[in-house]
Parts: sequence; C-alpha cells; structure tokens
Amino acid sequence: MTTTTSNIAPIAHLRKAAMRPVFEPGKRYWLAVCILAAIVAWGIVAWIIQVHRGLGSAGYNNHAFWAIYIANVVTFVGVSYGGAVVSAILRLTGATWRAPLTRIAEATAVVTVLIGASFIFPHLGRPERFLELIYRPNLSSPIFWDFIAISTYAFASIVFFYLPLLPDLSVGHEQLVDKGRNRLARIYSKMSWKWNGNTRQRKLLNGSIGLIAILIIPLAVSVHSVLSWAFSLTSRPWWHESIWAPYFVVAALYSGIALVILIVALFRKIYHLEDYINERHFVRLGLILVPFGATYLYLTVADFLPGSYVGEHGVVSVFAAVIIGRYALWFWLFVFGGCILPVLIMALPWTRRIGTILIGAALVDASLWLKRIIMVVGPANYGRVSGLFGSYHFTWISISVTLAGVAAIPLLLLLVFRVVPILSITEMEEIVDHETKLLEEKLQSLKDFNHSDQISLGDPSRKIGIREIVHASSSAQLATSTSLEIQAEEI
Amino acid sequence: MLNNEYTRVKISSHRQRQVDSTSDLPARGPLSRRAFLGGIGTLGATTIAATSVIELFAQSAQAQGTASTGTSSLHQWAMVFDLRNCDGCKACTMACQQRHSLTSEQTWIKVYTMQSSAGQTYHMARPCMMCEDPPCMYVCPVGATFRTDEGLVLVDQEACIGCRTCMAACPYEARYFNWTTPPPATKIPGMKQSPEWPVPQIKDTVGKCVWCADRLPHGELPACVAGCPMGVIYIGDLTTDAAINSAGNVVKLSDFLRNNDAYRFQEEYGTNPRVWYIPGHGQDLNNDSASS
Ligand code: SF4
Ligand code: SF4
Repeated sequence: MTTTTSNIAPIAHLRKAAMRPVFEPGKRYWLAVCILAAIVAWGIVAWIIQVHRGLGSAGYNNHAFWAIYIANVVTFVGVSYGGAVVSAILRLTGATWRAPLTRIAEATAVVTVLIGASFIFPHLGRPERFLELIYRPNLSSPIFWDFIAISTYAFASIVFFYLPLLPDLSVGHEQLVDKGRNRLARIYSKMSWKWNGNTRQRKLLNGSIGLIAILIIPLAVSVHSVLSWAFSLTSRPWWHESIWAPYFVVAALYSGIALVILIVALFRKIYHLEDYINERHFVRLGLILVPFGATYLYLTVADFLPGSYVGEHGVVSVFAAVIIGRYALWFWLFVFGGCILPVLIMALPWTRRIGTILIGAALVDASLWLKRIIMVVGPANYGRVSGLFGSYHFTWISISVTLAGVAAIPLLLLLVFRVVPILSITEMEEIVDHETKLLEEKLQSLKDFNHSDQISLGDPSRKIGIREIVHASSSAQLATSTSLEIQAEEI
Repeated sequence: MLNNEYTRVKISSHRQRQVDSTSDLPARGPLSRRAFLGGIGTLGATTIAATSVIELFAQSAQAQGTASTGTSSLHQWAMVFDLRNCDGCKACTMACQQRHSLTSEQTWIKVYTMQSSAGQTYHMARPCMMCEDPPCMYVCPVGATFRTDEGLVLVDQEACIGCRTCMAACPYEARYFNWTTPPPATKIPGMKQSPEWPVPQIKDTVGKCVWCADRLPHGELPACVAGCPMGVIYIGDLTTDAAINSAGNVVKLSDFLRNNDAYRFQEEYGTNPRVWYIPGHGQDLNNDSASS
C-alpha cells in the first residue's frame, strides 16, 4: 500500500497535515459540529427538565436508586483510561509506532474524563449543592474519595495532553503567522512558554513527560478502584466484592482502548490522515485489546462462580437474576458481543481488517456500557429485606442526557483539533530523525563490513541490502520503527 | 466542619460512645429497683400513659447519671417489636405516613410478611434501625446524615446533595428518596422543617424514619408506637433500662429482651441496630425471608 517514497513524502508534509483542521477543516466540519451541538443542547434541556421535575423523571425509584447516570460516570471515566494508557505505556516502552496516535489518544482521555465527571451532575438530586463536597466533606465517604480521585486524574490527563503539545505549539505558531491568523498565533506563543527547542528545554520536557506518563498509570488505577469502591464499600450483594476494583481497572482499559480505535478511525477518515495512520496501527491496537478482553471475561467468571456455587441468599438471588433471570439476555449479549466476538475478531488473522476491527471496538464499548448498567441496576433493584426485585426503565430524559454525553465526545474533539495540531508533529519528526540516524549508522557499519559503497537509504536498486540490514539487526528499535518496517515489508 | 446546631457524633469517636449490645445489657447500670417501680407507680397513679413515663425515664436517668459510674445521662433510645402480637395491620405505617405527610411508597416503617423456616408466616415491621455503626452515615459525602448523642441517626435535608449513597449502604432498605415534589404537608403551627421534624419532605433529597425525634424530648410516644393497636412496639431507653408501648405497659428493657430471646435483624451486617425483635412464631432469627 505505502511505497517508500510515499512514506517519506508525508513526513515532509507532516506539519501541514497536522495543522489542516486548524486552517481548513472542510465543509462538513460545520455540519458535524452543528448536529452534535444540537444533540448536546437537547440533552442539557432534558437535564433542566429533570431538575425541575425531580429525579423520578429519569426513571429512578426506591428500588433503582442508582442507575443510568452512575453507569455513565463509570463508562466515560473508564474509556478515558484507554487514551491515557495507550499513550503512557507505549511512550514508556518506547513503541515508536504510537507517535501518530498519541495526540488523538491524549485528547480523548481529557475529553472523556471531563464528560464522565459531568455525569455526576444529572446523577445528583441536588446538583446546586455540589460545592458542599469541598466545604463540608465527610472524609470517610467513598464518594468524596471519588471526587478527589477523578479531579486529580482529570488534572493529570490535561497536563499529559498539554506537555507534548508545547513544542508543537511553537511549530504551529510559525504557520499561523504565515497565514495571518494572528489571534490564535498569539495564544499559541503564550501557551508554548517561549519554547525554542534547545537541548535544555528538550531535556526538561522529555523528563516531565516521562514522569507524568509514569504517574498517570497508578493515578488511573486508583480512579477506577475508587470508583468501584463507591459500590463495593456497601454491603449489597454483588457490589460487596473484593474483585471489583481490578475488575473496573481492566474494564476501563478494555473499553478505553476500544474507544481510541474508534476515535482514531473517525479522525483519520475526516481529516485524511491515512498517510500516517494505517491498518497496522489498528491491528496493533486490536491486538492490545485481546488480552484485556480475555482478562475481563476471566474476571467475570471469577466474579460469578464462587457466589453462584455456594453462598448467601442475597448473592445467589442477584447472580441468578443476572445469569439466568431477568438480566440474563443483556448479560449474555455482553458476554458474546462484548467479550468473545471482539476478542475473536482481533485475534484471528483473517478477520483483522480495519472494518472488522472497528465493528469489534464498537461492540466492546456498547456492551461494556450495558454491563455497567447491569452491574449498577441489578444489586440496586434487589430488596435486601424482601428478597424481591424492583425495576428500572429508561425514560426519554435519561436517554437524551446519555446521548448528549456520547455526542459530546466527537464534538469536543472536533473543537479541540480546530485549535491544536491533530498529530504530534515534534514527536513524529524526532522519531523519524532518530531512526534515520540509526539506520544510517547501521548502513555505515555494514558498508565498512562489506566494503560496499553503494547501499543507501531508500535506494530502490539496493532494496535487498536494506532487507538484509533490517533482518540482520537485532535492534528491537529498528524492528518496530515505522519507516523502516514499511520499507522492509515492501521489499 | 459540620456547622449545624445539632450535636453530632464525630465518626472517630463513635466507638467510644457506642452502647453495649444485648449480651451485656444487664451490666449497664440498670434502673434501681426503686426508681423503676417508682416509674410504674406513677403510671398506675395517673392514667396518662406514655408521656409521663418517658419523662420519668429522663428524671431517673439524671439520678442515675450522678449516682452511677460515669455513664452518660443522655437517653439512648431503643425500640423493641414484640412480634408475638403483630398481626400485620400496618397501622404503624399509616400513622407514620399521616404524621409526616408521606406518599404511600414512603414506608418509613414498613411491615414485611415473613416466612419462617418452619413454614409459618408472621409480620415484621422495619423502622430505621438507628444503627450504632450506621453505614449510611459513613458513606454520606457531605455529612448530611449524622448521629445525635442520643443515638438517633437523622438526615439534614437542607444539606443532602441527593447522591443516594446512603440508600446503597443501608442494609435495611430504610431510606426513601423524594423522587418528585412531595405532597403538600399539613402544617403544624410553630414547627419548622428540621432533621427531627422533616415535614414537608424536600424534593430530590433522601428521607427516612426519625423515631419522631421531635416528640421524644417531650416525653411523647413516636407515631408508630402510639398507633399500634396491639402494643407491639416499645420505645425504650438503654440508659434508664426501661421501655413502654401504646398500652402503657412498662418493662425493664434488659430483662424483657433477655427473657424473651430478643434478637436483632440481620446482625451480621455489623451495624449494631438499636431495634430488637421478640420472636414468637418459630422464627429462625436472622434466616427468615420475606414472602411477599
Ligand atoms: S443522599 Fe443525602 S443523606 Fe444520603 S448520602 Fe447522599 S447527601 Fe448524604
Ligand atoms: S437502618 Fe439504615 S438508615 Fe437506619 S441507621 Fe441503619 S443504615 Fe442508617
């Protein structure tokens, strides 16, 4: 698909491609923004009506005191982890193929955690008293811990988005000045903190990015654990499970990476980033999904088996309702549609195509939302004195508010990439520079070894030579490097 | 941190003020024979029932406080349900709903029809258990649920943010949310909405049984206690070790519980409820389940 030249050429145009949404987002950009903004606005109207009428208008009742909104909090804050981790772990392990994805992944992390956190507001009966969490907190409450954990994590993910952006802002600044976009140019120069790319600055920046990439991993683990403790610190059957914290963390990673796949595909399509993001990126992200999907399935079995085999009346009743009872349809839909099918799609080589990977990722996110609904509503429905189940129904209000959250993800991302470069320009350039240098060194040593003067990078007549180099090289860096591997594949 | 006029138990100190459970009830400075009989005597002399007896609790508690070994002179309210007499008429529920202007779903005291392991059915009313270790209080993110020095767990609806975490935490399903605008309340002159008198209920906040905390200081019986035609419900005071029902029957609490094999419902949740049940229909203590 990609030729050697077309792989090199876009690197030269990288700066342009990364800034294209800022300068010319295209005709359909406004259309998309308008439609999405209308959905969000409708959701906000629905929420205002809900505040006016009371939480009952969202389908809540005494036997379903927690339901869709807290499930949304868990889902949205959960998917945020994917963006943070794709970026952080791949950065820390030096996986260079990540470079074209990091900006999109990090922005997704920021946007989704903010949306997830805002679902707290429709969840509360008295959102106007929210500030009490700050001025009269009860430190023993897991909800207060949630508040602290989510705000810390949201702040960290913003920093994690912003730091790698610094050098790109100064790159973008030149282009903005060229095109006469002075106002944005001024903001860029303010935000880039006098970045000039000298060695000291680079060292400092790389150090800070490394640090925050490390920090964000335990932070995210803590957020999802604390979120699970909002449930498992109560004595309700199925909520009161020690496995819930790791269960939530794995669910977050699984659904989060799936969302990154979807978002990357979306922006690749609308902003024509095919030159930088290709099928291999999707295949790799898909492969990362496999262990998480399998682990989640495993944890599901581990969660249910002991309590179903022998246990207290309450736990047995709730598990029976989930596995063979009133929630069984949704539960098995999740098991097959959300775990088995997507894992198979990603794992089998012949189904590993962009189209199928996208379907798999969409299935993962939809069914994990469904799973959260079951996890929240099931135990809430169960009356612990009566042993009976209540019921919960969605209403147009709760559905509108939820759809607004879904629409807000692409909307906010479209707006973000209207003002910041969509690709990590500096990071990608650095990687290409670095790898070119590495390759040249290898070539040099091979040349010296072979006394052959004619092998050079990208020389079509000497492709065999390059393949030999790549094969001969034991360097993992080379094997994973974007540009080289593509060359080797073509040969 | 909690700038409320009500005395609240700090979470860190709740264990110190925790009042002993059934097993060591006799150990807690029982009412002296004279004071206790004196109470009964007063009751016999005057025909007004509950009111003055609870006041007597108060007086004798004061006497106790000064005489005995530093036991708190505060009331420590408790409730006993003598299930032998309960016929499930739900008069308690109705009396409560009427007094607090509640909707029909808000069964602050709820009568469950239970199935005993021996196959008999019996009725069991469940008010708020006024747990000594109330999980609802620990999880409340803003301290809107608090515990008074007299062992009453109350909700400040002016502070409640409506997160419903307390509903998740309460093992007894004793909390009821105001999902829509509450029905208009019958106004009682001179009574202002407060945690003790949560009438009318406030929309989008949580409410629950308060044991008629507004009545107790005046020596009046809670609505459910007064409304039970069978005299099933006793309101008592662990400090004075006495309890009374709507029939004016005064009992020595510790003896009453011990001699009748009283138990607390679902004690395994570790919340130390302040409500005892006296079995009478072959109940298997905690293992029975509701049948309706
Ligand atoms: S619903 Fe109100 S009382 Fe209950 S935990 Fe939330 S803030 Fe506290
Ligand atoms: S019964 Fe429920 S509401 Fe009452 S104190 Fe105990 S936990 Fe709280």
